[in-house]
Amino acid sequence: MPNTSDRRVVITGMGVIAPGGLGAKAFWELLTSGRTATRTVSFFDPNPFRSRVAAEADFDPAAEGLSPQEIRRMDRAAQLAVVCTRECLVDSGFATDEHDPTRVGVSVGTAVGATMSLEQEYVVVSDGGQQWLTDHRYASPHLYDYLVPSSFARDVAWEVGAEGPATVISTGCTSGLDAVGHAMELIREGSADVMIAGATDAPISPITLACFDAIKATTARNDDPEHASRPFDNSRDGFVLGEGAAMFVLEELGHARRRNAQIYAELVGFASRSNAFHMTGLRPDGREMAEAIRVALGDARLPADSVDYINAHGSGTKQNDRHETAAFKRSLGDHAYRTPVSSIKSMVGHSLGAIGSIEIAASALAIRHGVVPPTANLHERDPECDLDYTPLVAREKRLDVVLSVGSGFGGFQSAMILGRVA
Amino acid sequence: MSGSREATGLDHDGGRAPNDGAWKAQPAVVVTGVGVAAPNGLGRDAFWEATVEGRSGIGPITRFDPSSYPAQLAGEVPGYDAAEHIPSRLLAQTDHMTRLALTAAEWALADAGVDPKELPEFGMGVVTASASGGFEFGHRELEKLWSKGSEHVSAYQSFAWFYAVNTGQISIRHGMRGPTGVLVTEQAGGLDAVAQARRQVRKGIPLVVTGGVDASLCPWGWTAQIPNGRLSTSREPAAAFLPFDAGAIGYVPGEGGAILVLEDASAARGEAYGEIAGYGATFDPRPGSGRQPGLRRAAEIALADAGLERGDVDVVFADAAGVVELDRIEAEAISGIFGPFGVPVTAPKTMTGRLYSGGAALDLVSALMSIKHGVIPPTTNVQRLAEGIDLDLVRDAPREAPVRAALVLARGYGGFNAAMVVRRHTPERTPR
Repeated sequence: MPNTSDRRVVITGMGVIAPGGLGAKAFWELLTSGRTATRTVSFFDPNPFRSRVAAEADFDPAAEGLSPQEIRRMDRAAQLAVVCTRECLVDSGFATDEHDPTRVGVSVGTAVGATMSLEQEYVVVSDGGQQWLTDHRYASPHLYDYLVPSSFARDVAWEVGAEGPATVISTGCTSGLDAVGHAMELIREGSADVMIAGATDAPISPITLACFDAIKATTARNDDPEHASRPFDNSRDGFVLGEGAAMFVLEELGHARRRNAQIYAELVGFASRSNAFHMTGLRPDGREMAEAIRVALGDARLPADSVDYINAHGSGTKQNDRHETAAFKRSLGDHAYRTPVSSIKSMVGHSLGAIGSIEIAASALAIRHGVVPPTANLHERDPECDLDYTPLVAREKRLDVVLSVGSGFGGFQSAMILGRVA
Repeated sequence: MSGSREATGLDHDGGRAPNDGAWKAQPAVVVTGVGVAAPNGLGRDAFWEATVEGRSGIGPITRFDPSSYPAQLAGEVPGYDAAEHIPSRLLAQTDHMTRLALTAAEWALADAGVDPKELPEFGMGVVTASASGGFEFGHRELEKLWSKGSEHVSAYQSFAWFYAVNTGQISIRHGMRGPTGVLVTEQAGGLDAVAQARRQVRKGIPLVVTGGVDASLCPWGWTAQIPNGRLSTSREPAAAFLPFDAGAIGYVPGEGGAILVLEDASAARGEAYGEIAGYGATFDPRPGSGRQPGLRRAAEIALADAGLERGDVDVVFADAAGVVELDRIEAEAISGIFGPFGVPVTAPKTMTGRLYSGGAALDLVSALMSIKHGVIPPTTNVQRLAEGIDLDLVRDAPREAPVRAALVLARGYGGFNAAMVVRRHTPERTPR
């Protein structure tokens, strides 16, 4: 069903923390240079694990301006979200005290919440896994904030002084697209004029490595960590776990224009669908992702051949790369062969729920700069992946419409369409 | 106080209707089926019978030895044998809360008279709330990792504990390939999820399964709840959770919740429980701002969204925090809208404990059952209202009264406020 609201939603500010650079500027420089930020895990000893590669952000919360108490209270993922929130507010020129707080809302995506702090706390209260009856007397006073990741939305709302609708969206690896899609919907329906929206995840923790080891979803290319994330390449063998966050100021177009805000792009269409097939598996036909793309295009009232660039999920697992290649052909027809596709996960890894928002940031920057970021490490295509995946080198191209997709555990498939604003 | 039929919402600061009336033209979204797993009753009928009779499901924790913890009472779902309800291949990969959610979803679909196999696959969606995920499953895997090593971690850990698991498993079980969603706003989530499901129906998805079911009654989940400082440390089930009472000392957590089937009223078969008529969500001002809490505003937005006046509401299902300051804020919000003692208020969660994302979903079921049966279930154990709590709290015995519309309130830890109006559904006769 096409969008019937006359309220248009635009991105007027962004903050990004991704592996390889802090801030949106460093992030874009990394992407367009084609450098990779994957390395051997440094947060803890990765030797017990099958996959020992990750994309870690060199993030120091104190250096980024968080106070000692904020650092103690917040899980790393919340810290990333709050620092990105500050950046997006400044970038947007949005002074929170000049706006009706009841018209400002918050939507934060995360797949695994405060998983790092939860594991650290577990180790203490269980005395290193030795006590089934965990001892509450050793728990952090902030442990409940880690138990309920809704605390992330609270931390962002406090940062902004938002009093409109606030929520955490947690749909696994599509969380970052879905949280922004949710925010877009709230502005369109009139529940808010401004949404601070985005996503964060900081999952590089022993339990996360162990759970992906158990299903061999992550790469085992441990001797070559810089080249371990290889979406669409014939030699790929799984994704590289990452971390990061991206937050946006989203505004109703008229609201943005009245205050002469800069506009990166408009969010013109969104949809999510589910494969109802398997919690971790994908069918090769890409049917449900194709449906999400079709519905998102319909929402945007755009034809399939209007898409100028596809920011792919491109996780670098065999089944994903084939699945989404099929989905692009199924939804866009022959136009899929004429459209550049790329996966920034080749450079910044897969930060689970955060990556969808980080990829929206990449898509908006691609529109602004007229540059398609490349897929790094792509030397020899999987013969079953026969589209143009923009190997190795960024490409200049005017982009009016960009499609960004995500696919995740639970069977979720989401599609976001961004458009240039004249 | 001005006239009792005065429209609410539009005459307060910030109480603007969400869509300036544009939603009014949209088709009604109705609840056609419910499934319940509650501490005082497994299944809708067992739950409702216990609730009307004032029977509580709160007692000493049996799932693990609670004797070393300051809080030792909880609402555990009784008599649930997972093997009776869940295929064995799913047992290995699901947490207790997901099994309860799958069972409640199956009951809700049967109650709605729906066979998902007969409906278009992209025409069915799933939107659930979650507060803390499959925590007990996660506890076992953390223990394996840290006591035995990473190679002992289950192949199911990657998805069995995460917040999206119930939505994913329900969609897979019933072949529902439409829009999905997972909202995490602690105890407010049950309403936020249903509101999101309503959006999807309004966008043309004929059927959406929604609601919330939570459970984290394992030692690790319990240890993680204690630091919020709100758990009742009473050992006496009848004295532990006393919202609005002068002796309020916190809340008792519980497990379970409810799953609901939402459909477009014009397409729904059979009789609906009622309509999801209005919704509002707000967030509290940051501490120290001096601004008013957001619960009243959420309720006013929900009433305006429903196009109802305060006199149209026959009962309020309270969030009922059981924490003195939070109870006062809620009582002031209700009295502020309806006047002191101006509307019957009830908190059947005094019989279940607070169920996190399941709590408000279960309250919605209670509100719909009140509409259906013309009876308001009681709040139990409250002896003496705290000073300044000017509420007509329905206590101890059910109150028979025609219920046309009910307001359900919910709050999530940290400042989340949600309000939902459900009302009797009267199918409109289409003029020829």
